[in-house]
Amino acid sequence: MRMASSNGRPDMEANARYPRRLSLRQRFYVVEVLAGLGLTARHFFGNMWRHTLRTVFRVKSARGAVTIQYPDERRPYALRLRSLHRLVRREDGSPRCVACMMCETVCPAHCIYIVATEHPNPEIEKMPERFDIDLGKCVFCGYCVEACPEDAIRMDTGILEFSSYSRGGMIYTKEMLLALEPAGKDGVPTSPVPIPPDRQPR
Amino acid sequence: MSGVVGEVLARFGPVAFVMFVVLNLGGLLTWVERKQSAIMQDRIGANRASIFGIRILGLLHPLADAIKMLTKEDFMPARADRLLFKLAPFVSVFFALAAFASIPFGDTITVGGRVIELQAVTLNVGILYVLAMLSLGVYGLMMAGWASANNYALLGGQRAAALMISAEVAIGASLMGIVMVYGSLDMQDIARGQGAPLLPGMFGAWIPAWGIFTQPLAFVLFLTAGIAATKRIPFDTPEGESEIIGYFVEYSGMKFGMFAMADFLETVVIAGMTTALFLGGWQVPYLAAAGFAFPWGATLSLPPLVVTALQVGAFLFKVVVMIWFLMLIRWTLPRFRYDQAMRLGWMGLFPLSILNIVVTGLVILAVRG
Repeated sequence: MRMASSNGRPDMEANARYPRRLSLRQRFYVVEVLAGLGLTARHFFGNMWRHTLRTVFRVKSARGAVTIQYPDERRPYALRLRSLHRLVRREDGSPRCVACMMCETVCPAHCIYIVATEHPNPEIEKMPERFDIDLGKCVFCGYCVEACPEDAIRMDTGILEFSSYSRGGMIYTKEMLLALEPAGKDGVPTSPVPIPPDRQPR
Repeated sequence: MSGVVGEVLARFGPVAFVMFVVLNLGGLLTWVERKQSAIMQDRIGANRASIFGIRILGLLHPLADAIKMLTKEDFMPARADRLLFKLAPFVSVFFALAAFASIPFGDTITVGGRVIELQAVTLNVGILYVLAMLSLGVYGLMMAGWASANNYALLGGQRAAALMISAEVAIGASLMGIVMVYGSLDMQDIARGQGAPLLPGMFGAWIPAWGIFTQPLAFVLFLTAGIAATKRIPFDTPEGESEIIGYFVEYSGMKFGMFAMADFLETVVIAGMTTALFLGGWQVPYLAAAGFAFPWGATLSLPPLVVTALQVGAFLFKVVVMIWFLMLIRWTLPRFRYDQAMRLGWMGLFPLSILNIVVTGLVILAVRG
């Protein structure tokens, strides 16, 4: 039978992470408690002071909390963030995509589905008749952007909020992807989030 | 104001004031808890509840909570003891509320020739009364634990009883020192006694004889045991969120809300007791019945009504500061394990409070001869 040690636990092997022997100061507890209370009280009064500066004296740089109130406030997104895809347009508004199937081939999640058709301009040869991305499958690896020889697909819209009540609602078609614009400053989306039909307000 | 009407007003005025303040403070504590913990942890805290876009710092959240709890399904386990199950939360809240009755919140006021003590009930055994009410409060938890027909609830109720006994012993024993120093069990007498200067031969009239100066060890012991009596973290073994959920595991809706409310009310009671017994009660330093008399000789006479208002204000201020401190402890310290809480109560607080009684007796003998 093992003897219980002074801190109530059964004797354990010496362990750097859980030292068996506490110092007298730690065992006395009150000093350590006061130190902890001092730390939290310091945070309390410091944050109260900054809140007061901000709300009463309108000092914009004073922040009493690290919270970003997300739907109202967005943190700046990095330029390299991979967000919702968009299809780049030519000057006449048609997709720059030539339906070469590179992205569909490289896609590890098999979420891109392209049906090619003939382009009226013989120098371009092909264009997509359908270009669907199933965002329910997409893993946002960005391989499609890397693979595209025409720079026709990009992931720079800054849109991250897409959701649907059905699997079908997660499929974004060529028309939806063509309508999107690149994100503006700090990654703020400039085009509206395409809302799938099953999320339209009734 | 005379006759029966005056008598009724004189009796019920203080009661109504105490009920108003304590119930409102108890309700407000749900907001204080959220906001203070948030500010301590660099967060914002609950602020989304709004009526027509008005949020007033999240103050509507207690209201939203109340509406939510009142409209939730009031579930009762099939094998529960129907009477005890329904009675338990009421018992819990009742005794938490009743405990505040003998805590004085001001000196006397004279209205229309009638002298009114500013405390809900004038009792010459006030301390015993508060202790009795705090102890009886645990019956609600034991009833809840037993009536739920749930092993975890039973464990919680049993833990609540064990914790309450170990805390009550320490509370009672640590308060004996205060009783010895001020020579009374009446909390109003003790509050008055704390207005006198401490050791006038040594310090002059500079330091008032507050309990925290005459009984510093008892203050720490009482505060620790008092936090245990509120059964909030760090002494939340009856609840044991991370292991057994505790005595109210089967409760839902407003019945659960009443258990939570009882915890907050007990926090107010402990803050009130600490204030009344250790922080000078309603005493403002250097303020006597006629006005301020500063130790450097200056005086400032005030009308009696202003003095009373200052005293009641001082009491409320001290209570609020104590509540803030109790919340600070609750959101700083990790919880004790059950055996640690027992060990602290029986092997730490209890012997120390006995030692405090002995030392206090010796000091009183030496000082008063």
